[in-house]
Amino acid sequence: MFVAKINVTLKESVLDPQGQTVLRTLHDQGKSSISDLRVGKYIEMKIDAKSFAEAETLAKEICESVLVNQVIETYRLVVEKV
Amino acid sequence: MKVRVVTFPGSNCDKDVGSVLESEFGAQVDYTWYKESFSDKPDLVVLPGGFSFGDYLRCGAMAKFSNAMESVVKYANQGGKVLGVCNGFQILTEAGLLPGALLHNRTLKYICKDVDLVPVSENRIAKEIKGTLSIPIAHGEGAYFADADTLERLEKNGQVVFRYKENPNGSLHDIAGICNEAGNVLGMMPHPERAVNPYTGKMDGKQILEALLKK
Repeated sequence: MFVAKINVTLKESVLDPQGQTVLRTLHDQGKSSISDLRVGKYIEMKIDAKSFAEAETLAKEICESVLVNQVIETYRLVVEKV
Repeated sequence: MKVRVVTFPGSNCDKDVGSVLESEFGAQVDYTWYKESFSDKPDLVVLPGGFSFGDYLRCGAMAKFSNAMESVVKYANQGGKVLGVCNGFQILTEAGLLPGALLHNRTLKYICKDVDLVPVSENRIAKEIKGTLSIPIAHGEGAYFADADTLERLEKNGQVVFRYKENPNGSLHDIAGICNEAGNVLGMMPHPERAVNPYTGKMDGKQILEALLKK
């Protein structure tokens, strides 16, 4: 069994008003060392696959067809054996 | 005139648009459940507003994998006319029938109000429409986004159909509605079907449907 851990965020070129609002609050608290903040989503999938490569290929395919809209979003995928 | 209105779990404007097409245009309306396929050639297919699949993951993200949408893509690629309103517009972009995507409104607020729409005279659908139109919007994720190259292509090809007179949501280029290159697929965030009945006090939506249905 494998687990795919996926972080989805808006691309850098896309304005993230949620992230900007949180960042402004941190700045209002005086935490001026925080230079940027992006809000995204985390998705976890358990995959029953024969090999790591099979799990990773499937996870990547699902990310790009369903989980991530590549017009506006980017993602980071980590596959682990469990 | 025959019209198919596709209903997804969570669609809530399917009867609104179907009823005005029946009463104002004498259309014969078939409501197509998302699990059904179709292979006929109606005069128009409508993807209505609402919250298909609860807007989970992303608005319109799951609707594109339905049997009905497979039929809609085939029908559109053969030149069939498609109108996507609000959630329907979001589904059209997710399905790749229209470029770009719809982001959260810049203010992060759900906005429900009448807006002034300016038809873009370079566009073949909008050139039929006279004057500024007052049409309701009701959405949380309506800020149109596309990369710079796509925006340039949309403008150059005359694919921008409507712009907001006063941008309510942060849409790039004030875009409220676009069509595909062939001009048979129209997606827009404002709800023309909510301005086609004198009882609503607004009639400006009728011009939009007339322009779209014109042969």
